[in-house]
Amino acid sequence: MKKLLSGNEAIARGAYEAGATFASAYPGTPSTEILETVAKEYPEIYAEWSPNEKVAMEVAMGAAFTGARAMVAMKHVGVNVAADPLMTLSYTGICGGLVVVTADDPQLYSSQNEQDNRNYAKFAKIPMLEPSDSQEAKDFVVRAFEISEQFDTPVMVRSVTRISHARTPVELKERMKPPLEVKIRKDPPKYVMLPVYGRKRHVVVEERFKKLKEFAETFDLNKMEINDTEIGIITSGISYQYAKEVFPNASYLKLGMIWPFPEKMIKDFRSKVKKLYVIEELDPFIEENLKIMGVQVDLGKDTLPICGELTPTIIKEKVAGIPEEPFLANPENIPPRPPNMCPGCPHRGMFYTIKKLKLYATGDIGCYTLGALPPLTSLDTCVCMGASIGHSMGMSKALGDEGRGKFVAVIGDSTFMHSGMTGLADVVYNKSYATVIIADNRITAMTGAQDHPATGYTIRGEATHAVDFEELGKALGFKHIVKANPYDLETYEKILKEETERDEPSLIINQGPCALLRRALPKAKKPFYVDVDKCIGCKRCIGLGCPAITWNAEEGTNADGKKRKGYAVIEPTLCNGCALCYQLCNVDAIKTEDKVFYGLVENL
Amino acid sequence: MEKTTSVLMAGVGGQGIILASDILSEVMLDAGYDVKKSEIHGMAQRGGSVSSHIRFGKKVYSPTIPKGSADFLICFEKLELLRWLDYCNEDTRVIVNDLELNPPMVNLGEAEYPRELFEETIKKFKNLTLVPASKTALDMGNIRAANVVMIGIFSKYFDVEEKLWLDKILGKLPEKLHDLNRKAFTEGRKLG
Repeated sequence: MKKLLSGNEAIARGAYEAGATFASAYPGTPSTEILETVAKEYPEIYAEWSPNEKVAMEVAMGAAFTGARAMVAMKHVGVNVAADPLMTLSYTGICGGLVVVTADDPQLYSSQNEQDNRNYAKFAKIPMLEPSDSQEAKDFVVRAFEISEQFDTPVMVRSVTRISHARTPVELKERMKPPLEVKIRKDPPKYVMLPVYGRKRHVVVEERFKKLKEFAETFDLNKMEINDTEIGIITSGISYQYAKEVFPNASYLKLGMIWPFPEKMIKDFRSKVKKLYVIEELDPFIEENLKIMGVQVDLGKDTLPICGELTPTIIKEKVAGIPEEPFLANPENIPPRPPNMCPGCPHRGMFYTIKKLKLYATGDIGCYTLGALPPLTSLDTCVCMGASIGHSMGMSKALGDEGRGKFVAVIGDSTFMHSGMTGLADVVYNKSYATVIIADNRITAMTGAQDHPATGYTIRGEATHAVDFEELGKALGFKHIVKANPYDLETYEKILKEETERDEPSLIINQGPCALLRRALPKAKKPFYVDVDKCIGCKRCIGLGCPAITWNAEEGTNADGKKRKGYAVIEPTLCNGCALCYQLCNVDAIKTEDKVFYGLVENL
Repeated sequence: MEKTTSVLMAGVGGQGIILASDILSEVMLDAGYDVKKSEIHGMAQRGGSVSSHIRFGKKVYSPTIPKGSADFLICFEKLELLRWLDYCNEDTRVIVNDLELNPPMVNLGEAEYPRELFEETIKKFKNLTLVPASKTALDMGNIRAANVVMIGIFSKYFDVEEKLWLDKILGKLPEKLHDLNRKAFTEGRKLG
């Protein structure tokens, strides 16, 4: 029986069917659900959220070195973090099969760039498979394990958002028993990359690559479909589906293995078709490598875009030359619905204060990156995981004493565990005066609530040790560490002002769980409401950008006869009583029937 | 069915669009079709625009719908219709829930809800139905059942027996919600 699975669920199923016993990841869109599925559906597989992708890669290597089949999954930019182990893993090889899943994000639906990770396969000289739907996602993972063991190499499997987050039918199979015994295998020349051994292993890598090229020629996942020979299309992955949508009758060479190339097969295909088109998303990866081989390409990135997601519509217009003539065009200026911080979000009070103090905020990756958007507009940098601390550190040295009291670093708890600790050590070690806020909401929130080493829970919800940020700060040498309630605006402002003006490094640890984190919010607070008779329409509460507060533009006067341009309304189903707006109201128009305290949890 | 049928669902995060599109695609799989469904999640989507592409037929290639070729556009909120017009053609069957949810800019008084534009636009479709799904759910005492009312409505346009839909819906919900949703689905069928 067939089941509809997302690409991510199918990848997890593939690991299960291949008999994998180990899986690791750091959450990141669009890859997150791979490990979530493993943890939820397949108790046979050990699963972990690792602190970051580098660790995820290393633990998977350790497992594979014993002969176990291991999978590690991450989003495209996660591979940058894991690139250090990956590049040398290519040298050591594996023992048990090791599959590295990269989920790329063309169109940057939820990422800071749209890098094309096919380049990593070439860079690391390892094979990469590229599925075009969920069935292939599952099957290719199983095949990747086999190739991995056959050639003693890690194998990458590349997904994209439209594979990971699309659901298509999948035929399920039973779990198989992996071929190797799990035990300690001592072999220093293979696993100890001293220069003397590394030089020899590089030769092995090059020989392996030659063998993989031969293998590609007869590999059944590289498929030739000879139909109308006027146009031949070389493509792979999701681009294959888009191309088939527009050119169902053309001839195809679909590369199930996108690296290395089956050169003879490609030349054979070229000789069978009149014109050769290369249809691929993002970089001209196939095209450039065909050109290196001396294969004539009649259409490629001269016609198709490098930036953004490919669509059937683009192929229809650019390649088939059928212009888009919509029956109705989308009108301009339809008010957007951008992502926003939730009502009661602990980050809102922090950003309100940063804005009020006119601080420059070096930022990081997480929900709080949304602090850059109006109306708070109080985040000034965001590049990669952990960079906020380095940015502030660098600024402190460049600006010298002039910079004191003018900037602050903002990093979330999960991002801090991922890449913040080394930056924090640098701040003290090299005698900066930088101030770092750990916006600790006790969860990896942006990707949908995943645990990490400071939450106290594992991926399967078992209780475990939680890293103590205060103790960690002390151990790194911070003398000034303040725990702060970001919902208490007056106190928070005082703390932020004091700490940023110091001539020594300081660490502020926000105390406020994510407004969606049910286990941290034992009791629901009653919503606040606006006393319409009192509201003077000053819009102070509106400036918080809270989704629960709306503006009713009805000109008139309040009960005291004060003129107003309208009044605020709090939507009771959205408000969760965080009390930020309550503190901002100068005329006591915001009220509650509950006990007033600042935040969602009493006694923060 | 040789031709692939393309259904685009659009609305606002929290309205239950992903569940509705899951149910449509699973029903079509059970009915013997090849099915593909694609949507974007991740980022903080609560209150954001949400859309889901569902395609089924003998053999489906792209999981996303080419522009101009949606056979159905199902909108859970009125304004959202205006974001997806380029996926429609003159024959597209459009079903719109008669509900207005203000985007943030409208809430903040910086933009107006495009009511007139909506009224003008709907006149251009020959197969458009405005349906009171949210009102029906509210009358039943639970606004959250509006998506199941919507499923009841659009299920009438597909040649699949009623029971298959209902089994699929109830199979995804805890037992305490079964009575409410059975009723919501039946009310929707009446409106469809």
